[in-house]
Amino acid sequence: MNQTAASARPQKHPINRLTLKQRIKSYLKHPLSLFLFLIVAAATLITVFVLFFLILYILIKGIPYLTPSLFAFEYNSENVSMFPAIITTIMMTVFSLILAVPLGIFTAIYLVEYARRGNKIVELVRLTSETLSGIPSIVYGLFGMLFFVTALHWGFSLIAGAFTLAIMILPLIMRTTEEALKSVPDTYREASFGLGAGRLRTVFRIVLPSAIPGILAGVILAIGRIVGETAALIYTAGTVAQIPTGREFLFMSGRTLAIHMWALSGEGLNTNQAYATAVVLLIVVLLINWLSAAVAKRLAKS
Amino acid sequence: MRNRFDRELEVLNNELISMGALIENAIGDAVKALIEKDAGLAYKAIDFDSEVDEKEKDIERRCLKLLLQQQPVAADLRMISTALKMITDMERIGDQARDISEITIRLINEDYITSMEHISKMAKDTISMVTRSVDAYVAHDLKLAQEVIEYDDVVDGLFDKVKADLIGLIRESADNGEQAVDLLMVAKYFERIGDHATNIAEWVVFSITGQHGSQRVI
Amino acid sequence: MGKFEIKNADLYYNDFHALKNINLDIPQKQITAFIGPSGCGKSTLLKSLNRMNDLIEGCKITGEFLLDGEDIYGNMDVNLLRKRVGMVFQKPNPFPMSVYDNIAFGPRTHGIHSKSKLDDIVEKSLRNAAIWEEVKDRLKKSALGLSGGQQQRLCIARALAVEPEVLLMDEPTSALDPISTSKIEDLVLEIKREYTIIIVTHNMQQATRISDRTAFFLLGEVVEYDQTENLFSMPKDKRTEDYITGRFG
Repeated sequence: MNQTAASARPQKHPINRLTLKQRIKSYLKHPLSLFLFLIVAAATLITVFVLFFLILYILIKGIPYLTPSLFAFEYNSENVSMFPAIITTIMMTVFSLILAVPLGIFTAIYLVEYARRGNKIVELVRLTSETLSGIPSIVYGLFGMLFFVTALHWGFSLIAGAFTLAIMILPLIMRTTEEALKSVPDTYREASFGLGAGRLRTVFRIVLPSAIPGILAGVILAIGRIVGETAALIYTAGTVAQIPTGREFLFMSGRTLAIHMWALSGEGLNTNQAYATAVVLLIVVLLINWLSAAVAKRLAKS
Repeated sequence: MRNRFDRELEVLNNELISMGALIENAIGDAVKALIEKDAGLAYKAIDFDSEVDEKEKDIERRCLKLLLQQQPVAADLRMISTALKMITDMERIGDQARDISEITIRLINEDYITSMEHISKMAKDTISMVTRSVDAYVAHDLKLAQEVIEYDDVVDGLFDKVKADLIGLIRESADNGEQAVDLLMVAKYFERIGDHATNIAEWVVFSITGQHGSQRVI
Repeated sequence: MGKFEIKNADLYYNDFHALKNINLDIPQKQITAFIGPSGCGKSTLLKSLNRMNDLIEGCKITGEFLLDGEDIYGNMDVNLLRKRVGMVFQKPNPFPMSVYDNIAFGPRTHGIHSKSKLDDIVEKSLRNAAIWEEVKDRLKKSALGLSGGQQQRLCIARALAVEPEVLLMDEPTSALDPISTSKIEDLVLEIKREYTIIIVTHNMQQATRISDRTAFFLLGEVVEYDQTENLFSMPKDKRTEDYITGRFG
């Protein structure tokens, strides 16, 4: 009995699926829906094509020049090593995040968990953050230069860059955290309060753990912006291709990968090496995405 | 939903009234047959009994269906449970009318040894009790129901008189014995009808006040 | 004197007068049901009993709420009050963590951290809530994997784990199927021996099945408050009769 059913299956077309003939017939009856289908299909194809073309182009142009010498410890005009830039990028990312993530998360916690609804301050903070996120990054660069570099006498430095970037990504982290906190069902909070837990315990034991995947998504976006940022950094962190070291490394200039690439292609002498850098940048971004997705998945599971 | 329920309650009410009419007819015929020695009427009273039984089953079904579907509370619950209890007493009254008529048929060719004065008074009184208890239910008349309950003592008093009367007759002549016992049974049946009418009246009181006798039932 | 005494209580949401001069005396270790149409204030009053209304903006309360004679809106610590007066909500709301951690959350909040003590509390609470047999092999698994009825019993166990004196239940079975509902009703009748229970319900049969006393609310007022059997067989107020027999509106 089972056998006949199994053998009968491939021959019979399921009645709830359209056959090709039926589909063609229905499209002939409704030409507009065929037209719409073609448009959406074409749009999807173009998008995928552009993306793959871009990636493929960079890979083809860059991979042949990914020589070991490009990862030498030192940068000099003969060997435009990107190793210092990689280290600087990591440092820049870490410092910016250290500054912006706690500030953004705590602000969001205040806005969602503490401030009363309709509070004027909340409106103001929200308006400010929305405005900030709309400002072009070159304006942050300008502000960073005037304030951190000049007024505070920090000079072109890692720390000036990190502060500028922190200000830039703050609205992003704040908004994503806010959304993540808001999406935690109120029933969790009620249950926690109902058991006699205070607000602090409720936020840190119940709400934040549930919101972590959302917060992490915001942090990933922020990392993406940091890694890809040039305009804001040129005027604040400078373009010196060295690894900031020593006791005052925070006040030394350094160039991130993106700036390194920009500098190389700007000079016009090492275009091929610029492509190689682009490949590394691409891989770094992919790696970050993959890593954070994995982390989020693990957190969600536990 | 409530409208539908109200209509069903209305139907239930009408059915109870018609069952009341049925048993009134049954006792009326039984009494008339007894006094006037009318065999035809006695058979009619006996036939009524199966009709009463059927009515009881019908009303019972209705009540159970309403309990199941509506899960009644408050006045609805009291009304339906009262109906359920009342029909049992009404059905017993129908049985008693039948029993009386069977004795009537047995005695049809005999002359009564007594004047039947007290027995016909009992008959009149119990018929009136039944009628009034059903009326009290229909009109939600608490006072009328209480009157019925009190009147039971009068019927009990009449029964004692009939009993004393019949005992005297037996003492006079042993030949009276057989009919005297039959008539005593008739009197007892009337007394029982009075009791059933009292029961009905008590349930009517419950449906109005929630009290049955001196205590709360729920 | 009852476990909970509510005297001349009024509650406003901004300009809306949600509770009007409520006077109730809720007896100890009995089940009290609050019934009434939607928006009549029964849930609002329930939430006032463990101050969950504090979280709602524009909510203003006057009057007295006495728990064992002590004013809960006085000097009492809110978190301590909520430990004494636990709550079970309409929709099962287990935390997105393991069964064990769900139950242990309350005791940990109130300072119990010893592993063996927590183990005992978890088992006892789950047993009390008649769900131990169903979850004892999956204590470390997420509570969100349980069925709706199991989740609600878990929530009851979680509430019992902090050893409250009063348990407030806000329509605890309205989202459940009849079998789960009946299990929870059994459970409520079972734990009545140790806890004072106040339950808001839309299901009048449920009120008649489990409660000792019933309060009928209408438009923010307590119309009638009586033994459940009296209220459902012989209501004194015409409005109560109309509501419970479905003649309302």
